[in-house]
Amino acid sequence: MAECHPVGFQWVMEAKARGAKVIHVDPRFTRTSALADLHVPLRAGSDIAFLGGIINHVLSTGAYFRDYVVAYTNGPVVLREDFRDTEDLDGVFSGLDAGQRTYDNSSWQYEGTEVQAASGERDQEYDKRTGGGSSVSAAGRGEAHGSGGAVIGEGEIERDETMTHPRCVFQVLKRHYARYTPEMVERICGVPQDVFRRVCELITENSGRERTTAFAYAVGWTQHTVGVQYIRAAAVLQSLLGNIGRPGGGILALRGHASIQGSTDIPTLFNLLPGYIPMPHAHKNEDLDAFVQAEAAHKGYWGNMRSYLVSLLKAYWGDAARAENDFCFDYLPRLTGSHSTYETVLAQLEGVCKGYFLMGENPAVGSANARMQRLGMAKLDWLVVRDFSLIESATWWKNGPEIDSGELRTEDIGTEVFFLPAAAHTEKDGSFTNTQRLLQWHHQAVEPPGEARSDLWFTFHLGRIVRQKLAGSADPMDRPVLDLAWDYPTKGTLAEPEAEAVLAEINGHDAEGEPLASYEQLRPDGSTVCGCWIYCGVRADGVNQAARRKPGGEQNWVANEWGWAWPANRRILYNRASADPDGRPWSARKALVWWDEAKGEWTGHDIADFKKDKAPGHRPPKDATGPEALSGTDPFVMQADGKAWLYVPSGLTDGPLPAHYEPQESPFPNLLYEQQRNPVRQVMPSRPDNRYQPSGGEPGSEVFPYVATTYRLTEHHTAGGMSRWLPYLAELQPEFFCEVSPELAAERGLEHTGWATIVSARGVIEARVLVTDRVPPLTVHGRTLHQVGLPYHWGPSGYSTGDAANELVHLSLDPNTHIQETKAFAVDIRPGRRPRGPAARELVRAYQARAGIDDHTGTEP
Amino acid sequence: MSEGDTTAVSATGGEPPPSGNLLSGPQPNVAGAAGYPDAPPRVGFFTDTSVCIGCKACEVACKEWNAVPEDGLELTGMSYDNTQGLGADTWRHVAFIEQRLPETGREPGGGHEGFDAFEAARNLGTSPSPSPSPSPDGAISPVSPDGRTELRWLMSSDVCKHCTHAGCLDVCPTGALFRTEFGTVVVQADVCNGCGYCVPACPYGVIDQRKEDGRVWKCTLCYDRLGVGMEPACAKSCPTDSIQFGPLEELRARAAARVAQLHAAGVTEARLYGESPQDGVGGDGAFFLLLDEPEVYGLPPDPVVTTRDLPAMWRHAAVAAVSLAALGVASFAGRRR
Repeated sequence: MAECHPVGFQWVMEAKARGAKVIHVDPRFTRTSALADLHVPLRAGSDIAFLGGIINHVLSTGAYFRDYVVAYTNGPVVLREDFRDTEDLDGVFSGLDAGQRTYDNSSWQYEGTEVQAASGERDQEYDKRTGGGSSVSAAGRGEAHGSGGAVIGEGEIERDETMTHPRCVFQVLKRHYARYTPEMVERICGVPQDVFRRVCELITENSGRERTTAFAYAVGWTQHTVGVQYIRAAAVLQSLLGNIGRPGGGILALRGHASIQGSTDIPTLFNLLPGYIPMPHAHKNEDLDAFVQAEAAHKGYWGNMRSYLVSLLKAYWGDAARAENDFCFDYLPRLTGSHSTYETVLAQLEGVCKGYFLMGENPAVGSANARMQRLGMAKLDWLVVRDFSLIESATWWKNGPEIDSGELRTEDIGTEVFFLPAAAHTEKDGSFTNTQRLLQWHHQAVEPPGEARSDLWFTFHLGRIVRQKLAGSADPMDRPVLDLAWDYPTKGTLAEPEAEAVLAEINGHDAEGEPLASYEQLRPDGSTVCGCWIYCGVRADGVNQAARRKPGGEQNWVANEWGWAWPANRRILYNRASADPDGRPWSARKALVWWDEAKGEWTGHDIADFKKDKAPGHRPPKDATGPEALSGTDPFVMQADGKAWLYVPSGLTDGPLPAHYEPQESPFPNLLYEQQRNPVRQVMPSRPDNRYQPSGGEPGSEVFPYVATTYRLTEHHTAGGMSRWLPYLAELQPEFFCEVSPELAAERGLEHTGWATIVSARGVIEARVLVTDRVPPLTVHGRTLHQVGLPYHWGPSGYSTGDAANELVHLSLDPNTHIQETKAFAVDIRPGRRPRGPAARELVRAYQARAGIDDHTGTEP
Repeated sequence: MSEGDTTAVSATGGEPPPSGNLLSGPQPNVAGAAGYPDAPPRVGFFTDTSVCIGCKACEVACKEWNAVPEDGLELTGMSYDNTQGLGADTWRHVAFIEQRLPETGREPGGGHEGFDAFEAARNLGTSPSPSPSPSPDGAISPVSPDGRTELRWLMSSDVCKHCTHAGCLDVCPTGALFRTEFGTVVVQADVCNGCGYCVPACPYGVIDQRKEDGRVWKCTLCYDRLGVGMEPACAKSCPTDSIQFGPLEELRARAAARVAQLHAAGVTEARLYGESPQDGVGGDGAFFLLLDEPEVYGLPPDPVVTTRDLPAMWRHAAVAAVSLAALGVASFAGRRR
């Protein structure tokens, strides 16, 4: 966190100054470790074993927060009789179709409820839920729950408040994690048992009624073939300890860019509409009602999805969106499958995808298997790059590694590349949404230089010109573009659109044009307009609430007059859980919101994330739906049952409970189960550019004996577009380097500040060598394991240059989110510089041959 | 210290009268001694290295504000320190000291029993944080895979010390180096003639000549920012308040409290460097809290202003001159005989 989020780390230091203990779990000793009370190095890719070990400790020692677990989690819920855990099936859950690499999750459901599919395949249930229509191939929708849990089936849930029923979630959890012992943690993760026990003690001592513990993870946690299950494991642990919805608790995703939270809230993702409304699939004759029927939840705030969606359609198409034309629901594009970034690259290679916009992204360096990214771009008709500098993604056609190796010749590349300089955040108005869901407005300080323009300017004027060109067209295909409400006021000589007008549209207004204050005001009849329902209220009273900057010293410690947080300016999500079922704070020192019996409302330091006048004793009538179906003790209001999920009956493609699987490529067999890898991980078609390596005990795995992990340095930003071109930053970390232990250096003859060549089945790179104790060897499976650290900022262009670590990485993805496994893979390392020209590919092919790699290797379920 | 405070304190004025010795020893009123009758309180930096996270924001902010040129792209292999040291083109330098240490068995940090974080949060910014009580339950096991020793990674942001008795200033023949009303030491680039006398005169090796133009450059403690009531760029950018700016007296008090807090928490190696008016330079305007001997950080253990002996030297020279003169007189007298 100190390494990648130094500004946010000030609050960790603040907590530390007030007595908090800081534990840092990381393969490397980083700037965070230097300031932590305890650094725990572990093998990259073994986190679920580590977290599972803590869960086992919590369950077996009784250190969980029982009252919280019984009241606010699904621990007491009884599961169906036909559910089979990894305990029963040696590492897989019931419902696995190994051939199709999918789970049928019907057996994962609660006893007494109807079947509900995993989010990724939720659309497969379309037929059943709507009574017609054809189904198309699935598109993962892990992100679809950024604002709450997945839908569960209707029906009466069976509960056992004593949590002793053998089929209740709590008992299943206990059995599932019983094998995650400290001995196992030591053997799998390389964490000595005394250190592991100390971590368990520190966390449990600091959790419960009086104390809370927070987990913070950099999004590296998501970059695994079991990435979502990493986060789930933390969620299980925090729910057991009662650390969710309470001050000082939570799981904090330290996101990789200034507003990446904002870009999932108002998404740049293929499968989402603003506010986490799913993107519709291509069904025949699917209308708005059928879509809502298929996607909306029965209980909780997702029950109002129609209001959110209709208000969004009104924002998109304005007066053209009317009840009689389904509010232009037909105008929305439809998914025909997964169109994630890596599948788009495959589509480029196949000649299907012909045009590409890259706005502030440098995949030629920053995406896994960077070589495939470049080869894909070389097949395009056109490519638009908007960035500050001529990044590698704009120049691969003249100086990329494939030009050097002779595989591509500039004169043969047909891609027309347009480079358009972009304005920096200081050169435009706008907002950042941070990981705390906090929107902070920034005002323009200076005009952008030269031809640089903001993304808003580019998008608005591009749309304006496209509409001009299509004007008068009778082709119904052009109607969605021509009918758009695309009239933003502009200012200045550059005709910059008013960012605050966009904010006003996002916030929404009523039929009279008055700004809305809350998403509870949204209506399904087209009388309200709102660009993103969860942001409704950011411009309440016509005031830009995100621009508020009242100093912390002039308000209470929650500081909710600084910026604005979604939803409804609540600073801690699900904070009803900070009070006990009767509405009293669990403890005085951890009081946040509570029920005021005299006033008949929720009150406290934060804004209650609960219906203000819903009493703790409220029990909904049997036929209630939507938010009305939540009881006074259902704090997790976005969840379909109002509870925190220790067990996930629906919403995930790869299992209801986190289980340790080895990474796609690992020098070790899975000690916990027969099943080596996540059986439903997303494996791309094996192409010569994307060969997988043998793992575990397979012959050939010894060719790649070291675990590698990629990461960022404080001095640079992601793929370097914002840092490698700047002399002041480039001089601080001037060259690509790898970090190895003195022991590995001795084993492979690597010299400090000399050169090393690093090889995988995908590529070969060279790096300067930093020999350091900060990347210690670990004892894993009873033998010494060396790890290789690779910062991934560099590429061949810019002021500071170097090879890209992403040349080494394969495309085996998390099946929920389609995120690559950059944080744990296997490599070989040798002294000296890499070969030049065609010899570089020859070396990779020689390694493939030595390891016996073919198109089948590593693709087994 | 927040922006605007320098102007606020300047109104209060009121420094003690300057002491007689201008070349060494304690000097409670440096600006007064330099001829400012109503100087604002002396300001400086307190760099608390125990909370430095090595982000180098200070280095970048300094260069941005002062338009200091880039200083060369070289991977040094000295941990994450590719800056190497202070120089004409580097006015802030973050050192990274990566070391194996014998295991101490001591628990770093401290516990928080009986401590109300929310009460503290309410008082944040209005009262100093109370020192945490030691943890009741044993030590955190230091990480020692394979019988390794404990690893330590010290980070520290170095800067010009703005000495009470500044050798550089004393030897400058052109007046390019001068003492400001804030008690800081600044080079005027348009006056410097590049003689370089100041370079060997600095006991810390801070001031340096730029090869291209021969003139000398160093930290100005953002003199231009101080003049309009802003804090220096490095302190402004420091996310953890490792670099604190303010009136020197206030910083010294704060530093003493911080050392006491760390000692109470068991960090007995915490010590101040450059804060004492009794030291060889009469105390630094920019002083440090270190977690080891100064040499570990590349700082001289006992710096002495190079002009300290100047009066004695002049006295010796005078004695010598008188002796010579006497000798000459004597020889003439002798001749006459």
